[in-house]
Amino acid sequence: MGPVKENRDRKREAVSADLDRLIHERIRLGIVSALAVNRSLTFNELKALLKTTDGNLSVHARKLEEADYILCEKSFDGRLPKTEYRLTAAGRKALERYLNHMEALIRATREG
Amino acid sequence: MRCGAAIRRRSEAGRQTSLCITKYLTTVRRPGILVFVPLPEPIRPASRAPIPIDARAADHLRYIRETMQSAGEFTAVPGWGGIAMGVTALVAAVSASRQHTPERWLSIWLIEAFVAVAIAAPAAATKAHRANAKLLSGPGRKFLLSFAPPILVGGLLTFALSRAGLHALLPGVWLLLYGTAIVTGGAFSVRAVPIMGLCLILLGSAALFVPLAMGDLFMAMGFGFVQIGFGIWIVQRHGG
Repeated sequence: MGPVKENRDRKREAVSADLDRLIHERIRLGIVSALAVNRSLTFNELKALLKTTDGNLSVHARKLEEADYILCEKSFDGRLPKTEYRLTAAGRKALERYLNHMEALIRATREG
Repeated sequence: MRCGAAIRRRSEAGRQTSLCITKYLTTVRRPGILVFVPLPEPIRPASRAPIPIDARAADHLRYIRETMQSAGEFTAVPGWGGIAMGVTALVAAVSASRQHTPERWLSIWLIEAFVAVAIAAPAAATKAHRANAKLLSGPGRKFLLSFAPPILVGGLLTFALSRAGLHALLPGVWLLLYGTAIVTGGAFSVRAVPIMGLCLILLGSAALFVPLAMGDLFMAMGFGFVQIGFGIWIVQRHGG
Protein backbone atom coordinates (compact mmCIF):
# COMPACT_ATOMS: atom_id res chain seq x y z
CA MET A 1 0.00 0.00 0.00
CA GLY A 2 1.69 3.15 -1.19
CA PRO A 3 1.58 6.47 0.59
CA VAL A 4 -0.74 7.88 -2.05
CA LYS A 5 -3.38 5.23 -1.48
CA GLU A 6 -3.06 5.50 2.28
CA ASN A 7 -3.57 9.18 2.04
CA ARG A 8 -6.62 8.70 -0.12
CA ASP A 9 -8.12 6.18 2.26
CA ARG A 10 -7.61 8.50 5.17
CA LYS A 11 -9.29 11.28 3.26
CA ARG A 12 -12.22 9.07 2.39
CA GLU A 13 -12.64 7.93 5.97
CA ALA A 14 -12.57 11.48 7.21
CA VAL A 15 -15.21 12.38 4.68
CA SER A 16 -17.56 9.52 5.38
CA ALA A 17 -17.07 9.47 9.15
CA ASP A 18 -19.02 12.65 9.83
CA LEU A 19 -21.57 12.15 7.09
CA ASP A 20 -24.95 13.38 8.23
CA ARG A 21 -26.86 10.11 8.51
CA LEU A 22 -30.05 12.01 9.20
CA ILE A 23 -30.37 13.45 5.72
CA HIS A 24 -28.45 10.73 3.93
CA GLU A 25 -31.73 8.85 3.61
CA ARG A 26 -33.42 9.42 0.23
CA ILE A 27 -36.81 10.75 1.32
CA ARG A 28 -35.35 12.96 4.02
CA LEU A 29 -32.84 14.34 1.57
CA GLY A 30 -35.73 15.04 -0.79
CA ILE A 31 -37.73 16.84 1.89
CA VAL A 32 -34.82 19.07 2.84
CA SER A 33 -33.91 19.81 -0.81
CA ALA A 34 -37.49 20.67 -1.73
CA LEU A 35 -37.90 22.94 1.29
CA ALA A 36 -34.62 24.68 0.49
CA VAL A 37 -36.19 26.23 -2.61
CA ASN A 38 -39.64 26.88 -1.15
CA ARG A 39 -40.59 29.02 1.80
CA SER A 40 -43.00 26.34 2.88
CA LEU A 41 -44.62 23.23 1.46
CA THR A 42 -47.69 21.36 2.61
CA PHE A 43 -47.70 17.69 3.42
CA ASN A 44 -49.61 16.89 0.24
CA GLU A 45 -47.31 18.94 -1.97
CA LEU A 46 -44.30 17.11 -0.56
CA LYS A 47 -46.03 13.78 -0.97
CA ALA A 48 -46.75 14.45 -4.65
CA LEU A 49 -43.30 15.83 -5.23
CA LEU A 50 -41.40 12.92 -3.70
CA LYS A 51 -43.92 10.33 -4.98
CA THR A 52 -44.17 8.63 -1.63
CA THR A 53 -46.86 7.49 0.77
CA ASP A 54 -48.46 9.23 3.75
CA GLY A 55 -46.85 6.94 6.28
CA ASN A 56 -43.41 7.08 4.76
CA LEU A 57 -43.40 10.85 4.49
CA SER A 58 -44.73 11.46 7.98
CA VAL A 59 -42.18 9.17 9.59
CA HIS A 60 -39.28 10.83 7.82
CA ALA A 61 -40.63 14.32 8.40
CA ARG A 62 -40.94 13.49 12.09
CA LYS A 63 -37.28 12.47 12.19
CA LEU A 64 -36.23 15.75 10.64
CA GLU A 65 -38.51 17.65 12.95
CA GLU A 66 -36.98 15.98 15.99
CA ALA A 67 -33.57 17.07 14.79
CA ASP A 68 -34.85 20.65 14.39
CA TYR A 69 -34.05 20.58 10.70
CA ILE A 70 -37.61 21.43 9.72
CA LEU A 71 -40.54 23.14 11.37
CA CYS A 72 -44.00 21.66 11.26
CA GLU A 73 -47.09 23.82 11.53
CA LYS A 74 -50.52 22.32 11.75
CA SER A 75 -53.54 24.42 10.99
CA PHE A 76 -57.00 24.14 9.52
CA ASP A 77 -57.93 25.12 6.01
CA GLY A 78 -61.65 25.34 6.54
CA ARG A 79 -62.30 21.92 8.01
CA LEU A 80 -59.36 20.18 6.46
CA PRO A 81 -56.28 19.82 8.60
CA LYS A 82 -53.25 21.25 6.87
CA THR A 83 -49.65 20.47 7.72
CA GLU A 84 -47.02 22.85 6.53
CA TYR A 85 -43.29 22.34 6.66
CA ARG A 86 -40.48 24.82 6.42
CA LEU A 87 -36.73 24.55 6.69
CA THR A 88 -34.95 25.86 9.77
CA ALA A 89 -31.56 27.55 9.72
CA ALA A 90 -30.06 24.36 11.14
CA GLY A 91 -31.66 22.34 8.36
CA ARG A 92 -30.29 24.65 5.69
CA LYS A 93 -26.85 24.40 7.22
CA ALA A 94 -27.13 20.60 7.34
CA LEU A 95 -27.98 20.47 3.65
CA GLU A 96 -25.05 22.71 2.83
CA ARG A 97 -22.77 20.49 4.87
CA TYR A 98 -24.13 17.44 3.12
CA LEU A 99 -23.55 18.98 -0.29
CA ASN A 100 -20.00 19.85 0.70
CA HIS A 101 -19.43 16.27 1.83
CA MET A 102 -20.63 14.87 -1.44
CA GLU A 103 -18.42 17.26 -3.35
CA ALA A 104 -15.46 16.40 -1.15
CA LEU A 105 -16.11 12.70 -1.70
CA ILE A 106 -16.06 13.12 -5.44
CA ARG A 107 -12.96 15.26 -5.30
CA ALA A 108 -11.17 12.82 -2.99
CA THR A 109 -11.89 9.87 -5.26
CA ARG A 110 -11.05 11.59 -8.49
CA GLU A 111 -7.86 13.18 -7.22
CA GLY A 112 -6.65 10.04 -5.44
CA MET B 1 -18.89 -54.25 15.21
CA ARG B 2 -22.55 -53.88 15.96
CA CYS B 3 -22.82 -51.24 13.37
CA GLY B 4 -21.22 -53.43 10.76
CA ALA B 5 -23.61 -56.21 11.59
CA ALA B 6 -26.59 -53.98 11.10
CA ILE B 7 -25.38 -52.95 7.72
CA ARG B 8 -24.86 -56.51 6.73
CA ARG B 9 -28.32 -57.44 7.86
CA ARG B 10 -29.85 -54.60 5.94
CA SER B 11 -27.96 -55.41 2.83
CA GLU B 12 -29.17 -58.99 3.13
CA ALA B 13 -32.71 -57.73 3.34
CA GLY B 14 -32.03 -55.61 0.30
CA ARG B 15 -30.82 -58.63 -1.55
CA GLN B 16 -33.99 -60.43 -0.62
CA THR B 17 -36.21 -57.70 -2.07
CA SER B 18 -34.16 -57.56 -5.17
CA LEU B 19 -34.44 -61.28 -5.38
CA CYS B 20 -38.18 -60.93 -5.07
CA ILE B 21 -38.22 -58.49 -7.92
CA THR B 22 -36.15 -60.71 -10.12
CA LYS B 23 -38.26 -63.67 -9.23
CA TYR B 24 -41.74 -62.28 -9.71
CA LEU B 25 -41.49 -59.10 -11.68
CA THR B 26 -39.05 -59.93 -14.40
CA THR B 27 -41.67 -59.64 -17.10
CA VAL B 28 -42.48 -56.08 -16.16
CA ARG B 29 -40.32 -53.70 -18.11
CA ARG B 30 -40.05 -50.49 -16.30
CA PRO B 31 -39.66 -47.50 -18.55
CA GLY B 32 -36.45 -45.71 -18.01
CA ILE B 33 -36.87 -42.43 -16.25
CA LEU B 34 -34.71 -39.68 -17.50
CA VAL B 35 -34.53 -36.61 -15.36
CA PHE B 36 -32.77 -33.58 -16.63
CA VAL B 37 -31.54 -31.59 -13.73
CA PRO B 38 -30.29 -28.19 -14.72
CA LEU B 39 -26.93 -27.13 -13.52
CA PRO B 40 -27.20 -25.00 -10.41
CA GLU B 41 -26.96 -21.34 -11.22
CA PRO B 42 -26.61 -18.56 -8.68
CA ILE B 43 -29.60 -16.25 -8.52
CA ARG B 44 -27.33 -13.25 -8.43
CA PRO B 45 -24.15 -13.03 -10.41
CA ALA B 46 -21.41 -14.07 -8.05
CA SER B 47 -19.27 -10.99 -8.22
CA ARG B 48 -20.93 -7.72 -8.93
CA ALA B 49 -18.59 -4.85 -9.44
CA PRO B 50 -19.01 -2.46 -6.51
CA ILE B 51 -20.44 0.92 -7.38
CA PRO B 52 -17.65 3.43 -7.00
CA ILE B 53 -18.20 5.78 -4.09
CA ASP B 54 -17.87 8.91 -6.17
CA ALA B 55 -20.58 7.73 -8.56
CA ARG B 56 -22.87 7.31 -5.60
CA ALA B 57 -22.06 10.78 -4.32
CA ALA B 58 -22.68 12.18 -7.78
CA ASP B 59 -26.01 10.36 -7.82
CA HIS B 60 -26.97 12.02 -4.53
CA LEU B 61 -26.05 15.42 -5.87
CA ARG B 62 -28.12 14.79 -8.99
CA TYR B 63 -31.09 13.77 -6.85
CA ILE B 64 -30.83 16.95 -4.79
CA ARG B 65 -30.64 19.10 -7.88
CA GLU B 66 -33.63 17.38 -9.53
CA THR B 67 -35.74 17.65 -6.40
CA MET B 68 -34.92 21.31 -6.06
CA GLN B 69 -35.78 21.95 -9.68
CA SER B 70 -39.10 20.20 -9.63
CA ALA B 71 -39.98 21.70 -6.24
CA GLY B 72 -39.04 25.17 -7.37
CA GLU B 73 -40.94 24.86 -10.60
CA PHE B 74 -43.57 27.42 -9.83
CA THR B 75 -41.75 29.72 -7.49
CA ALA B 76 -40.78 32.13 -10.23
CA VAL B 77 -44.34 33.11 -11.13
CA PRO B 78 -44.79 36.33 -9.22
CA GLY B 79 -48.10 36.84 -7.44
CA TRP B 80 -47.50 40.41 -6.36
CA GLY B 81 -46.13 41.19 -9.82
CA GLY B 82 -49.39 39.93 -11.32
CA ILE B 83 -51.40 42.16 -9.02
CA ALA B 84 -49.28 45.20 -9.93
CA MET B 85 -49.61 44.43 -13.63
CA GLY B 86 -53.36 44.11 -13.22
CA VAL B 87 -53.57 47.53 -11.55
CA THR B 88 -51.55 49.23 -14.29
CA ALA B 89 -53.74 47.48 -16.88
CA LEU B 90 -56.84 48.97 -15.24
CA VAL B 91 -55.26 52.44 -15.38
CA ALA B 92 -54.33 51.87 -19.02
CA ALA B 93 -57.86 50.67 -19.87
CA VAL B 94 -59.42 53.78 -18.37
CA SER B 95 -57.05 56.19 -20.10
CA ALA B 96 -57.16 54.29 -23.40
CA SER B 97 -60.95 54.40 -23.49
CA ARG B 98 -60.72 58.22 -23.35
CA GLN B 99 -58.56 58.47 -26.45
CA HIS B 100 -60.24 59.46 -29.67
CA THR B 101 -57.79 58.29 -32.32
CA PRO B 102 -56.84 54.62 -32.71
CA GLU B 103 -53.16 55.58 -32.88
CA ARG B 104 -53.20 57.16 -29.44
CA TRP B 105 -55.27 54.29 -28.10
CA LEU B 106 -52.69 51.87 -29.46
CA SER B 107 -49.77 53.80 -28.01
CA ILE B 108 -51.35 53.76 -24.54
CA TRP B 109 -51.60 49.99 -24.68
CA LEU B 110 -48.09 49.61 -26.06
CA ILE B 111 -46.75 51.68 -23.15
CA GLU B 112 -48.76 49.45 -20.81
CA ALA B 113 -47.13 46.38 -22.39
CA PHE B 114 -43.66 47.77 -21.65
CA VAL B 115 -44.68 48.70 -18.11
CA ALA B 116 -45.97 45.17 -17.58
CA VAL B 117 -42.70 43.64 -18.76
CA ALA B 118 -40.79 46.06 -16.54
CA ILE B 119 -42.86 44.87 -13.58
CA ALA B 120 -42.88 41.16 -14.39
CA ALA B 121 -39.20 40.60 -15.08
CA PRO B 122 -37.79 41.95 -11.79
CA ALA B 123 -40.70 40.42 -9.85
CA ALA B 124 -39.93 36.98 -11.24
CA ALA B 125 -36.22 37.50 -10.66
CA THR B 126 -36.61 38.50 -7.01
CA LYS B 127 -39.01 35.67 -6.33
CA ALA B 128 -36.64 33.16 -7.88
CA HIS B 129 -33.72 34.70 -6.02
CA ARG B 130 -35.53 34.56 -2.71
CA ALA B 131 -36.23 30.89 -3.30
CA ASN B 132 -32.55 30.37 -4.01
CA ALA B 133 -33.17 29.21 -7.56
CA LYS B 134 -31.70 30.56 -10.73
CA LEU B 135 -34.36 32.14 -12.91
CA LEU B 136 -32.94 30.90 -16.17
CA SER B 137 -32.12 27.38 -15.08
CA GLY B 138 -34.50 24.54 -15.86
CA PRO B 139 -38.08 25.61 -15.13
CA GLY B 140 -37.52 29.32 -15.70
CA ARG B 141 -36.01 28.72 -19.09
CA LYS B 142 -38.79 26.30 -19.97
CA PHE B 143 -41.36 28.93 -19.05
CA LEU B 144 -39.65 31.63 -21.06
CA LEU B 145 -39.19 29.45 -24.14
CA SER B 146 -42.84 28.47 -24.26
CA PHE B 147 -44.05 31.94 -23.23
CA ALA B 148 -42.13 33.92 -25.83
CA PRO B 149 -43.46 32.58 -29.20
CA PRO B 150 -47.13 33.62 -28.74
CA ILE B 151 -45.98 37.04 -27.50
CA LEU B 152 -43.77 37.53 -30.55
CA VAL B 153 -46.62 36.46 -32.82
CA GLY B 154 -48.81 38.96 -30.97
CA GLY B 155 -46.34 41.74 -31.72
CA LEU B 156 -46.31 40.85 -35.40
CA LEU B 157 -50.12 40.68 -35.61
CA THR B 158 -50.40 44.02 -33.79
CA PHE B 159 -48.22 45.60 -36.43
CA ALA B 160 -50.10 44.00 -39.34
CA LEU B 161 -53.60 44.61 -38.01
CA SER B 162 -52.98 48.24 -37.06
CA ARG B 163 -51.49 48.90 -40.50
CA ALA B 164 -54.64 47.45 -42.02
CA GLY B 165 -56.70 49.66 -39.71
CA LEU B 166 -58.34 46.70 -37.95
CA HIS B 167 -57.88 48.06 -34.45
CA ALA B 168 -61.12 46.54 -33.25
CA LEU B 169 -59.55 43.09 -33.53
CA LEU B 170 -56.54 43.94 -31.38
CA PRO B 171 -58.07 43.42 -27.90
CA GLY B 172 -59.20 39.93 -28.84
CA VAL B 173 -55.87 39.05 -30.44
CA TRP B 174 -53.91 40.35 -27.45
CA LEU B 175 -56.04 38.53 -24.90
CA LEU B 176 -55.94 35.32 -26.93
CA LEU B 177 -52.20 35.32 -27.47
CA TYR B 178 -51.35 36.40 -23.94
CA GLY B 179 -53.68 33.68 -22.68
CA THR B 180 -52.01 31.14 -24.96
CA ALA B 181 -48.59 32.20 -23.72
CA ILE B 182 -49.71 31.81 -20.11
CA VAL B 183 -51.25 28.38 -20.76
CA THR B 184 -48.23 26.99 -22.59
CA GLY B 185 -45.71 28.61 -20.29
CA GLY B 186 -47.64 27.57 -17.20
CA ALA B 187 -48.26 24.01 -18.31
CA PHE B 188 -45.55 22.85 -15.90
CA SER B 189 -46.43 25.32 -13.18
CA VAL B 190 -49.04 25.45 -10.44
CA ARG B 191 -52.57 24.90 -11.59
CA ALA B 192 -53.48 28.57 -11.08
CA VAL B 193 -51.33 29.64 -14.01
CA PRO B 194 -52.87 27.58 -16.85
CA ILE B 195 -56.37 28.25 -15.48
CA MET B 196 -55.67 31.97 -15.65
CA GLY B 197 -54.52 31.50 -19.25
CA LEU B 198 -57.77 29.72 -20.08
CA CYS B 199 -59.80 32.60 -18.60
CA LEU B 200 -57.87 35.04 -20.79
CA ILE B 201 -58.48 32.89 -23.87
CA LEU B 202 -62.22 32.81 -23.17
CA LEU B 203 -62.32 36.59 -22.75
CA GLY B 204 -60.24 37.04 -25.91
CA SER B 205 -62.59 34.86 -27.96
CA ALA B 206 -65.51 37.01 -26.87
CA ALA B 207 -63.56 40.22 -27.46
CA LEU B 208 -62.99 39.32 -31.13
CA PHE B 209 -66.66 39.97 -31.84
CA VAL B 210 -67.20 43.28 -30.06
CA PRO B 211 -66.56 46.86 -31.26
CA LEU B 212 -63.39 48.67 -30.27
CA ALA B 213 -65.14 50.68 -27.53
CA MET B 214 -66.00 47.44 -25.76
CA GLY B 215 -62.46 46.17 -26.25
CA ASP B 216 -61.14 48.27 -23.38
CA LEU B 217 -63.74 46.75 -21.10
CA PHE B 218 -62.67 43.23 -22.04
CA MET B 219 -59.02 44.08 -21.58
CA ALA B 220 -59.74 45.67 -18.21
CA MET B 221 -61.40 42.41 -17.25
CA GLY B 222 -58.65 40.19 -18.69
CA PHE B 223 -55.41 42.04 -18.06
CA GLY B 224 -56.82 43.79 -15.01
CA PHE B 225 -59.22 41.77 -12.89
CA VAL B 226 -58.19 38.27 -13.99
CA GLN B 227 -54.52 39.04 -13.32
CA ILE B 228 -55.25 40.65 -9.97
CA GLY B 229 -57.46 37.73 -8.93
CA PHE B 230 -54.96 35.06 -9.86
CA GLY B 231 -52.14 37.18 -8.44
CA ILE B 232 -53.89 37.11 -5.06
CA TRP B 233 -54.40 33.35 -5.43
CA ILE B 234 -50.69 32.82 -6.11
CA VAL B 235 -49.66 35.12 -3.27
CA GLN B 236 -51.80 33.20 -0.82
CA ARG B 237 -51.04 29.69 -1.98
CA HIS B 238 -47.55 29.86 -3.37
CA GLY B 239 -45.69 32.44 -1.35
CA GLY B 240 -45.59 35.87 -3.02
